Amino acid sequence: MEQKQNDLVVQMKGITKVYPNGIAANQGVDFSVRRGEIHALMGENGAGKSTLMKMLFGLEQPTEGAIFVNGEKVALHSPTAAIAHGIGMVHQHFMLVPSLTVAENIVLGMVPKKSGMFIDFKKATELTKEFAARFNLAVNPDAKVADIPVGMKQKVEILKALIRGAKILILDEPTAVLTTQETAELFRELVHLKEQGYTIIFISHKLNEIKQITDRLTIMRGGKSMGIYETASISEQEISRLMVGRDVILGVQKDTAAPTDVVLKVRNLEYTNEWNKKMLSGVSFDVRKGEILGIAGVEGNGQRELVDMLFDLREPDSGTATVNGKDVIHASQARIRAMGVSLVPEDRMTYGIADSATIEENLISDRFEEKRFNLGPLFNMKAIRAESDRLIQDYTVLCKSRKQKVKMLSGGNIQKVVVAREFSSDPTLIIADQPTRGIDVGATEFIRKKLVDLSRAGTAVLLVSADLNEVMELSDSLIVLYGGKIAAYFEDTSQLDDVMMGEYMLGLKRQSDEEIGRVCHER
Amino acid sequence: MWSQLLSTILKEEFLFSVIRITAPILFAALGAVIAGKAGVTNIGLEGIMMISALFGVLFSYWTQSWLVGVIGAMLVGVLLGLMMGFFALKLKTDIILAGIAVNMMGTGGTIFLLYMFTGMRGNTGALVSPNILIPTINIPLVQDIPILGSILSGHAILTYLAFLLVWLIWLLLYRTPLGLNIRAVGENANAASSVGVSVLKIKYIALALSGALAGFGGAFMSMYYSQGWNSGMVAGRGFIALAAQAMGRGEPVGAMFSSLLFGLAQALRTKVSGLQGVSSYLVSSIPYVVTILGLVIYAASTIKRVKKARAEHPEVKV
Repeated sequence: MEQKQNDLVVQMKGITKVYPNGIAANQGVDFSVRRGEIHALMGENGAGKSTLMKMLFGLEQPTEGAIFVNGEKVALHSPTAAIAHGIGMVHQHFMLVPSLTVAENIVLGMVPKKSGMFIDFKKATELTKEFAARFNLAVNPDAKVADIPVGMKQKVEILKALIRGAKILILDEPTAVLTTQETAELFRELVHLKEQGYTIIFISHKLNEIKQITDRLTIMRGGKSMGIYETASISEQEISRLMVGRDVILGVQKDTAAPTDVVLKVRNLEYTNEWNKKMLSGVSFDVRKGEILGIAGVEGNGQRELVDMLFDLREPDSGTATVNGKDVIHASQARIRAMGVSLVPEDRMTYGIADSATIEENLISDRFEEKRFNLGPLFNMKAIRAESDRLIQDYTVLCKSRKQKVKMLSGGNIQKVVVAREFSSDPTLIIADQPTRGIDVGATEFIRKKLVDLSRAGTAVLLVSADLNEVMELSDSLIVLYGGKIAAYFEDTSQLDDVMMGEYMLGLKRQSDEEIGRVCHER
Repeated sequence: MWSQLLSTILKEEFLFSVIRITAPILFAALGAVIAGKAGVTNIGLEGIMMISALFGVLFSYWTQSWLVGVIGAMLVGVLLGLMMGFFALKLKTDIILAGIAVNMMGTGGTIFLLYMFTGMRGNTGALVSPNILIPTINIPLVQDIPILGSILSGHAILTYLAFLLVWLIWLLLYRTPLGLNIRAVGENANAASSVGVSVLKIKYIALALSGALAGFGGAFMSMYYSQGWNSGMVAGRGFIALAAQAMGRGEPVGAMFSSLLFGLAQALRTKVSGLQGVSSYLVSSIPYVVTILGLVIYAASTIKRVKKARAEHPEVKV
């Protein structure tokens, strides 16, 4: 099919983005969108799709490559410049002021005036109504944003972009916060916009949605484009294969696991989040002594909620979780730690460390109350020094001294500080949530090896990871989370292949309840 | 003793004095309201009042015009507000520290400035003459109403301005584009900047307005209330104003009512301390005890509100 040059409203050619920390988020990506189409940008978390769109919206600048809008080369240095070129973006986290009305939010920054100095509320309301009617986006102009449902907030965001003259709309995972009905409504509205000649770029990793409303799609993986396809002529299996996959086989060396007693026992966890969205339903599994149980899945399918519940950061609607028979759902973090549970949190800067405290202080933060570190009312500095020096050496934390502030370290070394503390407390259960995200190869390898060693020495390990490589190679057995439910359980990970994993992760397949039930070793 | 107190309170002069005492607190409280709406805590109100109070007297003495004195005091307030903005927004110091610095300038710096400009120490007694004080006005018609007339009429021009400003500031915040921007910036700065509103500019404007209002409060203190400047004159009114803003939920009208409450407490202190058999030390604490009680009530209700807001809007920081 021959495309005329001016039919492409957006062209991004040879885009490379290298962040100052050396991570290449995009490598030579070509991306183009036709006028009046709904174009999906697909890929797993970390595939580089957000970075690509940030560059199109002027939030980031490409290191290499050129951007063309309507065939004309443009320099998008700020969102304002992008808006001037007719590009609007609806962010995943809404940019709204809750105490203002819908109309006030929509006209913010371009307020209509009367008598020279006052806000013309009537005109603001009329403007809102006019655009709402024209684009079939029903909103109540006089309602406070704080009082309206999420679906309407999203419409307000879309209207904000349209009223500022956007012809190309970027929607960043717009359905992530919506209920099923709201999603259906949004799709009708998007199709309506398309019919009026607007172009929509739709970031998502939900296959059914993509199939339903997009014309074409671009798949990204590992910072590279895997090609542009017509939605109608590509199968879901094909998309899944292109999206999910391993680029390198790590070949982690590990002996076969010999799991014994159940340590962590989770039964029927249910959780509904603050937007009334069901995030977990009927989640049951066991983790045994001496095994690594992996949790695979595309991010946002309930992993975070699950981990939060096991560490008293959220309360489930119902369900139980015990460690060696003791309840962890209603226990404080101190109690949970006293049971021998360690956590390597996903968000290490917030939950893993205190960034302006020293390495030493961070290392002893879970154990400074122990008798060996105290002399009467004072700390036993000698013992503390010995402990921190030992941990820094054992875990090869690269630093000037134990007195260095943690925030001065590189990401990999910060994670080593977390891991040194969490792995050295002789844990019975380690919960490792994205333990190697965003850190360098050396630290990654080190942490993976430690996890294997600990499990072989008898620790139960629950590994949550969106990195398919990691979760497939490190885990002895694994479960897949999709839509808050366990979609599959694999007792033996050694003969799994990526294509099949992809189908479970993207919800194309689901095992029978009996198959999934096998992950509960104790009745 | 109680009947004596009651008869004093029920007199018109008492209610008149409540309004008079409220005015400077109200000016500063409105300053706190504007800054608060833009997401800034202007803890420097006390210092701004002190410094502008001094300049009010100096300008009016130099020009022999009370009006120039008041305008001068207000402009000094604006400059101090902008200076705090420069420290906090441009040089990225903590706004609380910038405010504390202004407060210290208010206690120490003013004595130095006074000596430098006039050679006087501690107070400006000799500079002030009746013609450069803020004049009082009798309101036609109102002054003839029995009881109410003697409570509401005969106040200084600035007293009326303070209460008029409650309405003007409400109008500014809720009916003008600037007010909309101020509220948006204070509540979700990202949302404001994403539609091209300059967060920095709005915060500077809010601090300048806040300073101007504290400047009026300062002028009121030295050019009417105390009839001259002295070093202990503002006596915590800037801080009481912050409490009034907090208790009034950051709204102009709410701040007015809280200011009236504090004004009442201060007026009560003056009256009770004149009574027999009451410890004057204990009585002096009345305004501060009322402040603490008010803040406790406020804190309890805020905690409830913040919890609710967090549950509903996890994306916005409260």
